[in-house]
Amino acid sequence: MTIRNVRDHGQRFRPRMACLKKVESVMLEMQDPKTGVKSQPQRLVITTIPHAITGEDIVAWLTNCYSIETEEAWALGTMLVAFGYIYPLQDHKRLVIKPDASLYRFQTPYFWPAQQWPVEDTDYAIYLAKRNIRKKGILEMYEQVQYNSLHKWMNHKWDFIVMQAKEQYRAGKERKKPDRVVFDCQERAYWVVHRPPPGTVSAMDYGLERMVDPNTEELVLCLFSLFSSLVKYSVTYNKHDPFLAPCLPSNPWVTDDVTYWLLNMANVEIPTKMRVERWTFSFAELLSDPRGRDDFRLFLKKEFSGENLAFWEACEDLKWGTAATMNDKAQQVYKTFLTRGAPRWINIDGKTMEVTVKGLKHPHRYVLDAAQTHIFMLMKKDSYGRYLKSPVFKDTQKRAICPDQHMFSVSQLEANARKRRPSISPIIVRQLEQEERARMATSGPVDITQVMSKLSNKGKEVPPSKK
Amino acid sequence: MACQGLASGETLKSLKAESETLRKKLEEERKKLHDVELEKVAEKAEALGELNMKTRRTLKGHGNKVLCMDWCKDKRRIVSSSQDGKVIVWDAFTTNKEHAVTMPTTWVMACAYAPSGCAIACGGLDNKCSVYPLSLDKDENLAAKKKSVAMHTNYLSGCTFTNSDMQILTSSGDGTSALWDVESGQLLQSFHGHSADVLTLDLAPSETGNTFVSGGSDKKANVWDLRSGQNVQSFDTHDSDINCVKYYPSGDAFASASDDSTCRLFDLRADREVSIYSKDSIIFGAASVDFSLSGRLLFAGYNDYTINVWDVLKGTRVAILFGHENRVSSLRVSPDGTAFCSGSWDNTLRVRHEREG
Repeated sequence: MTIRNVRDHGQRFRPRMACLKKVESVMLEMQDPKTGVKSQPQRLVITTIPHAITGEDIVAWLTNCYSIETEEAWALGTMLVAFGYIYPLQDHKRLVIKPDASLYRFQTPYFWPAQQWPVEDTDYAIYLAKRNIRKKGILEMYEQVQYNSLHKWMNHKWDFIVMQAKEQYRAGKERKKPDRVVFDCQERAYWVVHRPPPGTVSAMDYGLERMVDPNTEELVLCLFSLFSSLVKYSVTYNKHDPFLAPCLPSNPWVTDDVTYWLLNMANVEIPTKMRVERWTFSFAELLSDPRGRDDFRLFLKKEFSGENLAFWEACEDLKWGTAATMNDKAQQVYKTFLTRGAPRWINIDGKTMEVTVKGLKHPHRYVLDAAQTHIFMLMKKDSYGRYLKSPVFKDTQKRAICPDQHMFSVSQLEANARKRRPSISPIIVRQLEQEERARMATSGPVDITQVMSKLSNKGKEVPPSKK
Repeated sequence: MACQGLASGETLKSLKAESETLRKKLEEERKKLHDVELEKVAEKAEALGELNMKTRRTLKGHGNKVLCMDWCKDKRRIVSSSQDGKVIVWDAFTTNKEHAVTMPTTWVMACAYAPSGCAIACGGLDNKCSVYPLSLDKDENLAAKKKSVAMHTNYLSGCTFTNSDMQILTSSGDGTSALWDVESGQLLQSFHGHSADVLTLDLAPSETGNTFVSGGSDKKANVWDLRSGQNVQSFDTHDSDINCVKYYPSGDAFASASDDSTCRLFDLRADREVSIYSKDSIIFGAASVDFSLSGRLLFAGYNDYTINVWDVLKGTRVAILFGHENRVSSLRVSPDGTAFCSGSWDNTLRVRHEREG
C-alpha cells in the first residue's frame, strides 16, 4: 500500500519522540512509486504478498538517498524496523534489517507509533484473545504469561474483551484471504513492536516520564486519532444499540411486551448484565445511571469517602436549580463540605479551596465549578478504578441477570397487542420519591440498598384509577 | 490598516464572486480529505446489515401539521405540538392521549418534555415559551397553572430543559438564544452571534460540560458556553439554512440537517466538518436529525416526505423510509434507543423500529 501524504500523529507533543515526524517523511519518500524502493509481489507458501521489498533494496535505497555508507544505511534501516514502520515477513520477532533477499513490507499508517495515544492493554488483551480463538495453544510462552496477567487484572472487562475478540475474528473471516493474511501480518508486527518478547531491546522504551505533560495543552489534535475515538465509541456501544443488536428479552415496540422496560427501571434492585457492562465504559456512564450511581455510593460508603459523591451531587443541584434557592444552597454546601471542621469535609487542594471560598462571598450558580471538577477527576481517576475491582461491583456483576430472548408466536403477539396497559405516571413516581426522601431525612441513616429496593417495588404497582 | 478601498477594475460583485470561487475550491479540497479520513479509519468497523424499519405506532389526533415532538425520559410518553395551537401528551405505547393543551397561538414550533416527566414547555408565534405542569386530574385545565417563562422579540423556534425542570434554553427567530429560570422567568444568560433566525438548538450530553450548539438561517452552527454566553466555535460549511442540530452521543461531535439537502457531521475537537451525508437523488431540504444510541446510525427526516438512515462512520445511506404523506418536520430517537418517532405535516406521528426476522 502506498501513502500519499503524511499526517501529523501528534509527534511534536512528545519531545523525545520528535524523531517520528522525520521518520514519517522518510517513509513517504521510500514508498514513492517512481523514486522509492522497488517492490514486487512475493510468493509466500500459498498466498502472494503484494508490495514486498527486500532488505538489500532498502539498504541500497538509503545508501543512495542519503549518500551514506552501507553500514550506516543498515543501522538506519534497522531503526525503521525497530520502530515498526517496516516489518519483516520472515523471522518476525527479530526487528532488524538483513541486507539480503529477506522480505519486508511497509507497515500501514494505522499501525504507526503515535506517542500521544498510549498503546492500550485492552487492545492487547483483545488481540491475544482473538488469536486464542483462532487456534488454542498458538500463543507463545511470553504471550501466554501476558494473557494470564491481563485476564487477572482486567477481569471486570473480560466479557467485553472476549466479545470484541470474537467480533474482530468474525469480521476478519469475512475478508478475502490475501487481505486477511496481510492484515494479520501487519497486526502481528505492531504487537511485536509494542509488546516485545522478553530479552529484546525495544525502541518504544523511552526512559522516565518528564515533568511537563505536553498533552494538556490546547493544541490542534491529530485527526486520525479523533476519528478513531468516534469509531471506537460506536463500536463500543454497538451491542447496546437497539437498532443494531437485539434487546433482551425483546423490544417493547416490536412485541408489545414491556419486560425490557421493567427490568431496566431506574432503581431496580438487580440490574441486567448489559446495563452493568455500560458502567465499565466510562465514569460518566456510571454516574448518569441512577442504579450505577447507587452502587458506587455503596462502595464509597464502605470506604468512608462518600462525601466526594455527595459534594458532586450538591454542586449539580446548585448548577441546575432554581435561581431563588441558589444563595441558600451555596451557603449550605459551604457549611457541610468546605468550611474547617465541616461534617463532610472534602479534600481539595489549597488553590481551588481559596478560589471557591472567595467566590462564595458573591455566589453565582457556577461558583463551585472548580471544586466540582477537581472532585470529579479525583473520583474518576482513583475511586472509579477501585470500584470496578471491588467486591461491591463484583457482587452486582455476579447477580446481574441476562434474560432469554422472547420467542412469541403470531397469536401470542396478537394477544400482547391486545393487553397493552398504561404505565405509572411520572407525576406519581415523583410524589413517591419525594415521600421517601422526606422519610429518610427524618429517620436516622438507613441502608441505601433497602430504600432503593422499596422504591422500585412501589414503582411496579399501578394505583387504582379514579372513577 | 485592515481594510482598503476597491482597486480599479474590482467591484463588490466581482470580489464576492471571487471569494465564492475560492470558498468552493476549499470545500472541494476539504471534501476529498474528509472522505478519505473518517471513512478510512472506519474501514475497521463492521459493515451494517440490512435495516427494514416498520411503523409500530401511528399517533392520530392532531388536526393540523405536527411541527415538533419530544420524548419523556420514561421512554414511552411523547409531547407533540402543531400548527393549530394544540399540544398533546401521548403514551405512545398504548397510543392513548393523556393531556391536551390549546395554546393561545398558532404555529407552536417548539415543545419539550421536562426531565421529571411532570411538565412540558412549548411556544411559537407568541414569541414566548410557557411551561405547563402536568396533572393527574383529567378534567383540570392545564392552562390555569401555566407559567410564562421566556420572552423573545420574534417567534420561538426551539426549546429544551437543561438537566432539571428549573431551567429552559430557547432559540428564536430574533437571532438569539437564551437561558431562563423557570420559577421566576428571569433571564440567566443570552447568546448573541447569529446574523439571522436561530432555528434549532441542542444541549451537550451533561458529562461533557456546559455547552450547547445552535443552527440558524445564516447557515452557521455555533457552539456556546452556557456560563459565559460566549460563542466558542463556529461552523459555516452549509449552503443554506440549518434546520436541526444534534449532538453525537459522546458529545465530541454533532450533526446538522439543512435546506441544502445535506446532513453533515462536525467534530468539535478537530474544529471542522468531517463528513457529509448526501446523494444526488436527495434534492429537498433535511428538516430534522437524530442519532441512534451508539451513534452509528443517523436518522434524517426530509421535506420530500421521506426519512433516510445514514451510516455515520462510512458515510453511506443504509435505508430510505416512506409512509408520511407530507413533510417530516421533526424526528427523535427514544431515550433508551429502542425506537424513533417522526412527526409530519400530514398531522400524524409514527413510531418506528426494525422488522423482526
